[in-house]
Amino acid sequence: MAEEKTGGLVFHPLDQFIVKPLFGDGAVSWYTPTNVTLWLGIALLCIVALFAIGSRGRAIVPTRVQSLGELAYGFIYKMVEDVCGKDGVKYFPYIMTLFVFILFSNYLALIPMSYSPTSMIAITAILGFGVFFAVTILGFVLNGPAFLGLFWMKDAPAILRPIIAVIEVISYFVRPVSHSIRLAGNIMAGHAVLKVFAGFAALTLVSPVAIVGIVAIYGLEILVCGIQAYVFTILTCVYLKDALHPAH
Amino acid sequence: MATETHDTVAGVCVDAGGSALGMPQLCADWMPNQIFWLLVTLIAIYFVMSRIALPRIGAVLAERSGTITNDIAAAEELKNKAAEAEAAYDQALLDARAEAQKIVNAAKAEMQVALDVELQKADAQIAAKTAESEAAIGEIRAGSVKSVTAVAKDTAKALVVALGGTADAKTITAAVTARMKG
Repeated sequence: MAEEKTGGLVFHPLDQFIVKPLFGDGAVSWYTPTNVTLWLGIALLCIVALFAIGSRGRAIVPTRVQSLGELAYGFIYKMVEDVCGKDGVKYFPYIMTLFVFILFSNYLALIPMSYSPTSMIAITAILGFGVFFAVTILGFVLNGPAFLGLFWMKDAPAILRPIIAVIEVISYFVRPVSHSIRLAGNIMAGHAVLKVFAGFAALTLVSPVAIVGIVAIYGLEILVCGIQAYVFTILTCVYLKDALHPAH
Repeated sequence: MATETHDTVAGVCVDAGGSALGMPQLCADWMPNQIFWLLVTLIAIYFVMSRIALPRIGAVLAERSGTITNDIAAAEELKNKAAEAEAAYDQALLDARAEAQKIVNAAKAEMQVALDVELQKADAQIAAKTAESEAAIGEIRAGSVKSVTAVAKDTAKALVVALGGTADAKTITAAVTARMKG
Protein backbone atom coordinates (compact mmCIF):
# COMPACT_ATOMS: atom_id res chain seq x y z
CA MET A 1 0.00 0.00 0.00
CA ALA A 2 1.20 3.50 -0.79
CA GLU A 3 2.37 5.16 2.34
CA GLU A 4 4.15 8.49 2.17
CA LYS A 5 5.71 9.43 5.46
CA THR A 6 6.78 12.83 4.15
CA GLY A 7 3.34 14.32 3.49
CA GLY A 8 1.65 12.38 6.26
CA LEU A 9 -0.46 10.99 3.45
CA VAL A 10 -1.70 7.49 4.20
CA PHE A 11 -3.70 5.48 1.71
CA HIS A 12 -5.36 2.36 2.96
CA PRO A 13 -8.56 2.41 0.93
CA LEU A 14 -9.15 -1.30 1.39
CA ASP A 15 -8.60 -1.44 5.15
CA GLN A 16 -12.28 -0.65 5.66
CA PHE A 17 -13.11 -4.12 4.38
CA ILE A 18 -10.95 -5.99 6.94
CA VAL A 19 -12.94 -8.48 8.99
CA LYS A 20 -12.28 -8.03 12.72
CA PRO A 21 -13.63 -9.96 15.69
CA LEU A 22 -16.06 -7.92 17.77
CA PHE A 23 -14.88 -9.19 21.14
CA GLY A 24 -11.19 -9.49 21.89
CA ASP A 25 -8.59 -10.37 19.36
CA GLY A 26 -7.77 -13.59 17.72
CA ALA A 27 -8.34 -15.62 14.66
CA VAL A 28 -11.57 -15.27 12.73
CA SER A 29 -13.18 -18.68 12.66
CA TRP A 30 -16.50 -19.38 10.94
CA TYR A 31 -18.65 -18.66 14.00
CA THR A 32 -16.75 -15.67 15.45
CA PRO A 33 -18.98 -12.59 15.85
CA THR A 34 -17.21 -9.99 13.73
CA ASN A 35 -17.87 -6.54 12.35
CA VAL A 36 -19.61 -8.33 9.48
CA THR A 37 -21.94 -9.93 12.02
CA LEU A 38 -22.56 -6.56 13.65
CA TRP A 39 -23.62 -4.80 10.45
CA LEU A 40 -25.62 -7.76 9.17
CA GLY A 41 -27.38 -7.70 12.55
CA ILE A 42 -28.03 -3.97 12.29
CA ALA A 43 -29.49 -4.50 8.82
CA LEU A 44 -31.72 -7.25 10.24
CA LEU A 45 -32.87 -4.96 13.07
CA CYS A 46 -33.66 -2.15 10.63
CA ILE A 47 -35.64 -4.54 8.44
CA VAL A 48 -37.56 -5.84 11.46
CA ALA A 49 -38.20 -2.27 12.59
CA LEU A 50 -39.46 -1.12 9.21
CA PHE A 51 -41.49 -4.12 8.10
CA ALA A 52 -42.58 -5.95 11.26
CA ILE A 53 -42.76 -3.24 13.91
CA GLY A 54 -43.75 -0.52 11.44
CA SER A 55 -46.76 -2.49 10.24
CA ARG A 56 -47.76 -3.57 13.77
CA GLY A 57 -50.72 -1.17 13.84
CA ARG A 58 -52.23 -2.74 10.69
CA ALA A 59 -53.65 0.71 10.09
CA ILE A 60 -55.95 1.29 7.13
CA VAL A 61 -54.60 4.82 7.10
CA PRO A 62 -50.89 4.00 7.46
CA THR A 63 -48.31 5.68 9.63
CA ARG A 64 -45.19 7.00 7.92
CA VAL A 65 -43.11 3.91 8.68
CA GLN A 66 -45.90 1.58 7.63
CA SER A 67 -46.40 3.41 4.36
CA LEU A 68 -42.67 3.08 3.63
CA GLY A 69 -42.95 -0.66 4.18
CA GLU A 70 -46.03 -0.79 1.99
CA LEU A 71 -44.19 1.16 -0.69
CA ALA A 72 -41.36 -1.39 -0.76
CA TYR A 73 -43.88 -4.26 -0.69
CA GLY A 74 -45.86 -2.82 -3.58
CA PHE A 75 -42.73 -2.03 -5.57
CA ILE A 76 -41.28 -5.54 -5.38
CA TYR A 77 -44.66 -7.26 -5.64
CA LYS A 78 -45.42 -5.41 -8.86
CA MET A 79 -41.93 -6.17 -10.18
CA VAL A 80 -42.32 -9.90 -9.53
CA GLU A 81 -45.81 -9.91 -11.03
CA ASP A 82 -44.77 -7.94 -14.12
CA VAL A 83 -41.59 -9.89 -14.85
CA CYS A 84 -42.46 -13.43 -13.75
CA GLY A 85 -46.21 -13.40 -14.26
CA LYS A 86 -48.95 -14.50 -11.86
CA ASP A 87 -47.32 -17.85 -11.08
CA GLY A 88 -44.15 -16.09 -9.95
CA VAL A 89 -45.97 -14.41 -7.08
CA LYS A 90 -45.44 -17.38 -4.75
CA TYR A 91 -41.68 -16.70 -4.85
CA PHE A 92 -42.27 -13.10 -3.83
CA PRO A 93 -41.09 -13.58 -0.18
CA TYR A 94 -37.70 -14.87 -1.36
CA ILE A 95 -37.19 -11.99 -3.76
CA MET A 96 -38.37 -9.51 -1.16
CA THR A 97 -35.85 -10.99 1.29
CA LEU A 98 -33.04 -10.52 -1.21
CA PHE A 99 -34.11 -7.00 -2.04
CA VAL A 100 -34.45 -5.68 1.49
CA PHE A 101 -31.21 -7.37 2.55
CA ILE A 102 -29.20 -5.80 -0.27
CA LEU A 103 -30.93 -2.45 0.03
CA PHE A 104 -30.36 -2.14 3.76
CA SER A 105 -26.80 -3.47 3.63
CA ASN A 106 -25.97 -0.98 0.87
CA TYR A 107 -27.45 2.02 2.61
CA LEU A 108 -26.17 1.16 6.09
CA ALA A 109 -22.69 0.89 4.55
CA LEU A 110 -22.92 4.57 3.65
CA ILE A 111 -22.82 5.51 7.34
CA PRO A 112 -19.25 6.63 8.09
CA MET A 113 -17.18 4.01 9.99
CA SER A 114 -19.69 1.31 9.07
CA TYR A 115 -18.94 -1.96 7.33
CA SER A 116 -20.32 -2.89 3.93
CA PRO A 117 -21.18 -6.61 3.74
CA THR A 118 -22.41 -6.30 0.13
CA SER A 119 -18.90 -5.27 -0.96
CA MET A 120 -17.59 -8.72 0.00
CA ILE A 121 -17.45 -11.10 -2.93
CA ALA A 122 -18.04 -14.07 -0.60
CA ILE A 123 -21.39 -12.63 0.41
CA THR A 124 -22.59 -11.54 -3.03
CA ALA A 125 -21.36 -14.83 -4.50
CA ILE A 126 -23.56 -16.72 -2.05
CA LEU A 127 -26.48 -14.53 -3.11
CA GLY A 128 -25.71 -14.82 -6.83
CA PHE A 129 -24.98 -18.53 -6.87
CA GLY A 130 -27.88 -19.13 -4.52
CA VAL A 131 -30.20 -17.53 -7.06
CA PHE A 132 -28.52 -19.46 -9.88
CA PHE A 133 -28.86 -22.88 -8.26
CA ALA A 134 -32.34 -22.21 -6.95
CA VAL A 135 -33.55 -21.07 -10.38
CA THR A 136 -31.85 -23.94 -12.22
CA ILE A 137 -33.22 -26.61 -9.86
CA LEU A 138 -36.63 -24.98 -9.95
CA GLY A 139 -36.53 -24.94 -13.74
CA PHE A 140 -35.82 -28.68 -13.94
CA VAL A 141 -38.35 -29.53 -11.22
CA LEU A 142 -41.14 -27.54 -12.88
CA ASN A 143 -40.39 -28.29 -16.54
CA GLY A 144 -38.28 -31.46 -16.50
CA PRO A 145 -35.99 -31.82 -19.55
CA ALA A 146 -38.12 -29.21 -21.32
CA PHE A 147 -36.15 -26.66 -19.31
CA LEU A 148 -33.29 -27.23 -21.75
CA GLY A 149 -35.53 -25.61 -24.39
CA LEU A 150 -34.29 -22.39 -22.87
CA PHE A 151 -31.07 -22.89 -24.85
CA TRP A 152 -32.70 -24.04 -28.09
CA MET A 153 -34.02 -21.09 -30.10
CA LYS A 154 -36.95 -22.37 -32.12
CA ASP A 155 -37.34 -19.14 -34.10
CA ALA A 156 -33.70 -19.12 -35.27
CA PRO A 157 -32.64 -20.64 -38.60
CA ALA A 158 -31.81 -24.34 -38.20
CA ILE A 159 -28.11 -23.87 -38.98
CA LEU A 160 -27.68 -21.19 -36.35
CA ARG A 161 -29.49 -23.08 -33.59
CA PRO A 162 -26.53 -25.12 -32.31
CA ILE A 163 -24.25 -22.06 -32.32
CA ILE A 164 -26.85 -20.02 -30.46
CA ALA A 165 -27.29 -22.91 -28.03
CA VAL A 166 -23.58 -22.85 -27.20
CA ILE A 167 -23.67 -19.07 -26.66
CA GLU A 168 -26.81 -19.39 -24.57
CA VAL A 169 -25.24 -22.07 -22.35
CA ILE A 170 -22.12 -19.98 -21.81
CA SER A 171 -24.17 -16.88 -21.01
CA TYR A 172 -26.33 -18.94 -18.64
CA PHE A 173 -23.31 -20.07 -16.65
CA VAL A 174 -21.79 -16.58 -16.62
CA ARG A 175 -24.97 -15.21 -15.05
CA PRO A 176 -24.16 -15.94 -11.38
CA VAL A 177 -20.64 -14.55 -11.79
CA SER A 178 -21.77 -11.27 -13.31
CA HIS A 179 -24.72 -11.18 -10.94
CA SER A 180 -22.51 -11.28 -7.84
CA ILE A 181 -19.47 -9.36 -9.08
CA ARG A 182 -21.67 -6.49 -10.31
CA LEU A 183 -22.97 -5.86 -6.81
CA ALA A 184 -19.72 -6.38 -4.91
CA GLY A 185 -17.70 -4.44 -7.48
CA ASN A 186 -19.99 -1.41 -7.44
CA ILE A 187 -20.11 -1.15 -3.67
CA MET A 188 -16.41 -1.87 -3.15
CA ALA A 189 -15.29 0.58 -5.82
CA GLY A 190 -17.47 3.33 -4.45
CA HIS A 191 -16.23 2.89 -0.91
CA ALA A 192 -12.59 2.63 -1.99
CA VAL A 193 -12.88 5.85 -4.03
CA LEU A 194 -14.47 7.60 -1.05
CA LYS A 195 -11.55 6.46 1.08
CA VAL A 196 -8.98 7.68 -1.46
CA PHE A 197 -10.61 11.12 -1.55
CA ALA A 198 -10.68 11.11 2.24
CA GLY A 199 -6.94 10.37 2.23
CA PHE A 200 -6.32 13.40 0.00
CA ALA A 201 -8.36 15.58 2.36
CA ALA A 202 -5.42 15.41 4.80
CA LEU A 203 -3.40 17.59 2.41
CA THR A 204 -4.24 21.24 3.14
CA LEU A 205 -3.70 22.29 -0.44
CA VAL A 206 -6.14 19.92 -2.08
CA SER A 207 -8.49 19.31 0.82
CA PRO A 208 -11.32 21.56 -0.52
CA VAL A 209 -11.25 19.68 -3.81
CA ALA A 210 -11.07 16.37 -1.96
CA ILE A 211 -14.01 17.22 0.26
CA VAL A 212 -16.13 18.37 -2.70
CA GLY A 213 -15.09 15.11 -4.36
CA ILE A 214 -16.21 13.11 -1.32
CA VAL A 215 -19.59 14.85 -1.36
CA ALA A 216 -20.02 14.18 -5.08
CA ILE A 217 -18.99 10.52 -4.83
CA TYR A 218 -21.21 10.09 -1.77
CA GLY A 219 -24.16 11.43 -3.75
CA LEU A 220 -23.33 9.04 -6.55
CA GLU A 221 -23.07 6.18 -4.05
CA ILE A 222 -26.55 6.95 -2.75
CA LEU A 223 -27.81 6.38 -6.27
CA VAL A 224 -25.64 3.31 -6.82
CA CYS A 225 -26.85 1.64 -3.60
CA GLY A 226 -30.49 1.87 -4.66
CA ILE A 227 -29.82 0.99 -8.27
CA GLN A 228 -27.69 -2.06 -7.44
CA ALA A 229 -30.33 -3.42 -5.09
CA TYR A 230 -32.92 -2.87 -7.82
CA VAL A 231 -30.75 -4.42 -10.54
CA PHE A 232 -29.95 -7.50 -8.46
CA THR A 233 -33.64 -7.99 -7.70
CA ILE A 234 -34.95 -7.49 -11.21
CA LEU A 235 -32.29 -9.82 -12.64
CA THR A 236 -33.36 -12.41 -10.10
CA CYS A 237 -36.91 -11.97 -11.37
CA VAL A 238 -35.76 -12.35 -14.98
CA TYR A 239 -33.87 -15.57 -14.16
CA LEU A 240 -36.89 -16.85 -12.26
CA LYS A 241 -39.07 -16.11 -15.28
CA ASP A 242 -36.74 -18.30 -17.38
CA ALA A 243 -37.28 -21.14 -14.91
CA LEU A 244 -41.05 -20.70 -14.93
CA HIS A 245 -41.46 -20.20 -18.68
CA PRO A 246 -38.35 -21.61 -20.40
CA ALA A 247 -39.83 -21.46 -23.91
CA HIS A 248 -38.66 -18.38 -25.74
CA MET B 1 4.14 1.43 14.24
CA ALA B 2 2.76 -1.99 14.90
CA THR B 3 0.64 -2.14 18.01
CA GLU B 4 -0.27 -5.02 20.22
CA THR B 5 -3.81 -5.36 18.89
CA HIS B 6 -2.77 -5.30 15.30
CA ASP B 7 -0.23 -7.99 15.87
CA THR B 8 -2.76 -10.38 17.29
CA VAL B 9 -5.24 -9.76 14.47
CA ALA B 10 -2.56 -10.18 11.88
CA GLY B 11 -2.91 -13.29 9.85
CA VAL B 12 -2.56 -14.20 6.23
CA CYS B 13 -4.59 -11.23 5.10
CA VAL B 14 -3.31 -8.45 7.38
CA ASP B 15 0.23 -7.15 7.65
CA ALA B 16 2.03 -6.27 10.84
CA GLY B 17 0.71 -2.69 10.63
CA GLY B 18 -2.92 -3.81 10.60
CA SER B 19 -3.37 -2.96 6.95
CA ALA B 20 -4.91 -5.27 4.43
CA LEU B 21 -2.64 -7.40 2.31
CA GLY B 22 -4.18 -7.35 -1.11
CA MET B 23 -7.95 -7.27 -1.29
CA PRO B 24 -9.74 -8.26 1.94
CA GLN B 25 -12.55 -9.48 -0.33
CA LEU B 26 -10.32 -12.29 -1.57
CA CYS B 27 -9.03 -13.39 1.86
CA ALA B 28 -10.10 -17.03 2.10
CA ASP B 29 -9.64 -17.07 5.88
CA TRP B 30 -12.56 -14.70 6.38
CA MET B 31 -14.98 -16.19 3.91
CA PRO B 32 -16.51 -18.93 6.07
CA ASN B 33 -17.28 -16.35 8.74
CA GLN B 34 -19.05 -14.02 6.28
CA ILE B 35 -20.95 -16.85 4.66
CA PHE B 36 -22.10 -18.27 8.00
CA TRP B 37 -23.38 -14.94 9.30
CA LEU B 38 -24.91 -14.07 5.91
CA LEU B 39 -26.92 -17.30 5.97
CA VAL B 40 -28.02 -16.65 9.55
CA THR B 41 -29.11 -13.13 8.61
CA LEU B 42 -30.88 -14.19 5.41
CA ILE B 43 -32.80 -16.94 7.18
CA ALA B 44 -33.79 -14.52 9.93
CA ILE B 45 -34.91 -11.90 7.40
CA TYR B 46 -36.80 -14.55 5.43
CA PHE B 47 -38.70 -15.72 8.51
CA VAL B 48 -39.50 -12.20 9.65
CA MET B 49 -40.68 -11.25 6.18
CA SER B 50 -42.60 -14.37 5.21
CA ARG B 51 -44.12 -15.14 8.61
CA ILE B 52 -44.84 -11.69 10.01
CA ALA B 53 -44.26 -8.69 7.80
CA LEU B 54 -45.43 -9.68 4.33
CA PRO B 55 -48.73 -11.38 5.31
CA ARG B 56 -49.51 -8.44 7.55
CA ILE B 57 -48.73 -5.80 4.92
CA GLY B 58 -50.55 -7.84 2.26
CA ALA B 59 -53.61 -8.11 4.51
CA VAL B 60 -53.54 -4.39 5.23
CA LEU B 61 -53.26 -3.56 1.53
CA ALA B 62 -56.10 -5.95 0.65
CA GLU B 63 -58.24 -4.58 3.45
CA ARG B 64 -57.54 -1.04 2.33
CA SER B 65 -58.44 -1.72 -1.28
CA GLY B 66 -61.61 -3.48 -0.05
CA THR B 67 -62.50 -0.50 2.11
CA ILE B 68 -61.85 1.89 -0.73
CA THR B 69 -64.00 -0.19 -3.11
CA ASN B 70 -66.83 -0.31 -0.55
CA ASP B 71 -66.59 3.39 0.12
CA ILE B 72 -66.68 4.16 -3.59
CA ALA B 73 -69.75 1.93 -3.99
CA ALA B 74 -71.45 3.63 -1.04
CA ALA B 75 -70.59 7.04 -2.46
CA GLU B 76 -72.02 5.97 -5.82
CA GLU B 77 -75.23 4.89 -4.13
CA LEU B 78 -75.52 8.15 -2.22
CA LYS B 79 -74.87 10.06 -5.41
CA ASN B 80 -77.68 8.18 -7.16
CA LYS B 81 -79.98 8.92 -4.24
CA ALA B 82 -79.09 12.59 -4.40
CA ALA B 83 -79.78 12.63 -8.14
CA GLU B 84 -83.16 11.01 -7.52
CA ALA B 85 -84.01 13.53 -4.84
CA GLU B 86 -83.00 16.35 -7.15
CA ALA B 87 -85.21 14.97 -9.93
CA ALA B 88 -88.14 14.72 -7.51
CA TYR B 89 -87.52 18.27 -6.36
CA ASP B 90 -87.41 19.53 -9.95
CA GLN B 91 -90.64 17.68 -10.74
CA ALA B 92 -92.36 19.18 -7.71
CA LEU B 93 -91.17 22.62 -8.73
CA LEU B 94 -92.53 22.14 -12.28
CA ASP B 95 -95.87 20.89 -10.92
CA ALA B 96 -96.15 23.84 -8.58
CA ARG B 97 -95.39 26.25 -11.40
CA ALA B 98 -98.03 24.65 -13.66
CA GLU B 99 -100.58 24.80 -10.82
CA ALA B 100 -99.83 28.45 -10.22
CA GLN B 101 -100.17 29.18 -13.93
CA LYS B 102 -103.54 27.44 -13.98
CA ILE B 103 -104.79 29.46 -11.01
CA VAL B 104 -103.58 32.69 -12.59
CA ASN B 105 -105.34 31.86 -15.88
CA ALA B 106 -108.61 30.97 -14.12
CA ALA B 107 -108.54 34.21 -12.13
CA LYS B 108 -107.81 36.17 -15.29
CA ALA B 109 -110.76 34.56 -17.12
CA GLU B 110 -113.09 35.24 -14.20
CA MET B 111 -112.02 38.84 -14.05
CA GLN B 112 -112.47 39.18 -17.81
CA VAL B 113 -116.06 37.94 -17.58
CA ALA B 114 -116.89 40.34 -14.76
CA LEU B 115 -115.19 43.14 -16.64
CA ASP B 116 -117.16 42.41 -19.81
CA VAL B 117 -120.43 42.49 -17.89
CA GLU B 118 -119.56 45.79 -16.24
CA LEU B 119 -118.40 47.26 -19.54
CA GLN B 120 -121.69 46.30 -21.23
CA LYS B 121 -123.66 47.79 -18.39
CA ALA B 122 -121.64 50.97 -18.57
CA ASP B 123 -122.01 51.10 -22.36
CA ALA B 124 -125.79 50.73 -22.05
CA GLN B 125 -125.93 53.48 -19.45
CA ILE B 126 -123.80 55.72 -21.61
CA ALA B 127 -126.01 55.04 -24.63
CA ALA B 128 -129.15 55.85 -22.62
CA LYS B 129 -127.67 59.06 -21.33
CA THR B 130 -126.55 60.03 -24.85
CA ALA B 131 -130.01 59.42 -26.29
CA GLU B 132 -131.60 61.45 -23.51
CA SER B 133 -129.21 64.31 -24.10
CA GLU B 134 -129.74 64.19 -27.86
CA ALA B 135 -133.52 64.39 -27.36
CA ALA B 136 -133.09 67.37 -25.08
CA ILE B 137 -130.77 69.06 -27.54
CA GLY B 138 -133.29 68.46 -30.39
CA GLU B 139 -136.07 69.97 -28.33
CA ILE B 140 -133.95 72.97 -27.51
CA ARG B 141 -133.00 73.35 -31.16
CA ALA B 142 -136.60 73.13 -32.34
CA GLY B 143 -137.67 75.64 -29.68
CA SER B 144 -134.95 78.03 -30.70
CA VAL B 145 -135.92 77.92 -34.43
CA LYS B 146 -139.52 78.63 -33.52
CA SER B 147 -138.47 81.59 -31.37
CA VAL B 148 -136.24 82.98 -34.09
CA THR B 149 -139.15 82.86 -36.57
CA ALA B 150 -141.49 84.59 -34.13
CA VAL B 151 -138.88 87.25 -33.34
CA ALA B 152 -138.21 87.81 -37.06
CA LYS B 153 -141.97 88.22 -37.85
CA ASP B 154 -142.45 90.60 -35.00
CA THR B 155 -139.37 92.60 -35.95
CA ALA B 156 -140.42 92.69 -39.56
CA LYS B 157 -143.94 93.80 -38.62
CA ALA B 158 -142.56 96.50 -36.36
CA LEU B 159 -140.17 97.68 -39.11
CA VAL B 160 -142.96 97.85 -41.68
CA VAL B 161 -145.14 99.81 -39.25
CA ALA B 162 -142.31 102.12 -38.38
CA LEU B 163 -141.65 102.80 -42.07
CA GLY B 164 -145.31 103.82 -42.41
CA GLY B 165 -146.61 100.79 -44.20
CA THR B 166 -149.49 98.60 -43.29
CA ALA B 167 -148.49 95.41 -41.83
CA ASP B 168 -150.19 92.65 -43.65
CA ALA B 169 -149.61 89.68 -41.41
CA LYS B 170 -149.92 87.15 -44.18
CA THR B 171 -147.46 88.75 -46.54
CA ILE B 172 -144.90 89.32 -43.79
CA THR B 173 -145.11 85.77 -42.59
CA ALA B 174 -144.60 84.48 -46.14
CA ALA B 175 -141.62 86.77 -46.66
CA VAL B 176 -139.98 85.89 -43.41
CA THR B 177 -140.48 82.20 -44.05
CA ALA B 178 -138.95 82.57 -47.51
CA ARG B 179 -135.93 84.42 -46.02
CA MET B 180 -135.46 81.85 -43.29
CA LYS B 181 -135.22 79.15 -45.91
CA GLY B 182 -132.76 81.18 -47.95
